[in-house]
Amino acid sequence: MIAVETKKTLRVVHYVNQFFGQIGGEEKAGVAPQAREGAIGPAVAANNLLGQRGEVVATVLCGDNYFVENVESAIHQVLDLIAPYKPDLVLAGPAFNAGTPSVACGAVCQGTQTTLGVPGVTAMYQENPGADLYHRNVYIVRSGDSAREMAQVLGRMIALGLKLVAGETVGRPAEEGYFPRGTTRDEVVQKTAAVRAVDMLLSKIKGEPFETETPLPRFDRVPPPPGVRDLSQAVLALVTDGGLVPRGNPDRIERSAATRWGAYSIEGLNRLNSESYDVAHIGYDTAFVKQDPHRLVPLDAVRQLVTEKAIGRLHEVLYTTTGVGTTIENSQRMGREIAERLRDAGLQAVLLTST
Amino acid sequence: MKEIERVGLPITHITTITPVSRMVGANRILPAAGIIHPVGDAELSPDEELRLRRSIVEAALRALTADLKEQTIFPAVR
Repeated sequence: MIAVETKKTLRVVHYVNQFFGQIGGEEKAGVAPQAREGAIGPAVAANNLLGQRGEVVATVLCGDNYFVENVESAIHQVLDLIAPYKPDLVLAGPAFNAGTPSVACGAVCQGTQTTLGVPGVTAMYQENPGADLYHRNVYIVRSGDSAREMAQVLGRMIALGLKLVAGETVGRPAEEGYFPRGTTRDEVVQKTAAVRAVDMLLSKIKGEPFETETPLPRFDRVPPPPGVRDLSQAVLALVTDGGLVPRGNPDRIERSAATRWGAYSIEGLNRLNSESYDVAHIGYDTAFVKQDPHRLVPLDAVRQLVTEKAIGRLHEVLYTTTGVGTTIENSQRMGREIAERLRDAGLQAVLLTST
Repeated sequence: MKEIERVGLPITHITTITPVSRMVGANRILPAAGIIHPVGDAELSPDEELRLRRSIVEAALRALTADLKEQTIFPAVR
């Protein structure tokens, strides 16, 4: 008798959102978690890439909005759907630059690791907030911001996932193409720290690329401004990044990756007439806000409060931009520009409503 | 929103994905009533919706008057 060693075919579950799960677009972002046998959407490509090494036994999906609006229960529901398939590996997304899906992808990978003891891998673009939220606990492969590179990204996710399943040592972030997790591993290198530091400094001075050994956190902290002393005397301004614009979008604020913001008079208006507004935003199902803009910009409620003297006055300009796929640089610039206007307008308080 | 705080104005961020707001560094965060209707709810009648909206705005205003030492996610209004 000859003993034949068969390498076990890995069982993989692929988590996706309603869009990749082929249920629908933003209008289906509220669907609850559900499981499908076999591979759907990007899981089909993942299955092909796995080849002999593994098989996507199930695709679990959940609406993006459902997940973030029910974050405590949704993760349990998703894990309960994944567990019976007894996967060796979970793949999630990829999320690319999509913010809302990134939260689910990160949470699912973190959940499978902690609760099911199964490695999870996802992929995101550098500026995706999910990357900042989860990179410490989850292996997040670096991707671009477009689903055009789906196959390559899935390939890298699978390569990393296979290592995790096999218990192999995972290489450095730069080598394997994932976001640094903040873990320090001692390595013996030839150059002393002093030499490495001076090399970096010389590269920096020469304008050559160099790789820092300790990246600084990206987001600075601003101390909380003191609370408003007396709201009944205060002037309040409304700002939104849900993309509410006057009909026809006169300033052509982009529906995604906005570089512009607008300042629109709400003087004398007690209500926002839905006929007079459009919603320039591709990141959520805008039908409900289009139907009633107050669902995004609470003008009616604020006017009531002003009449009742709970607030001194409402600033007569609404500031608006579109917060989907907005680059960090543009967000900061637009924020500074709007902040300057608000500061010069002599206000005391601001509300920002986001979708 | 941080830029607005940088010029010294208190601002309450009404948003559904509060972890992102906290990560970015917002100081006054109030959970919204949903991604597609932060201060509304299509399931409610117009009157109920306006009452909900008012409650959320009032909670946001309370957050504006609060003196904080650190980032705070205020309780959701429902």
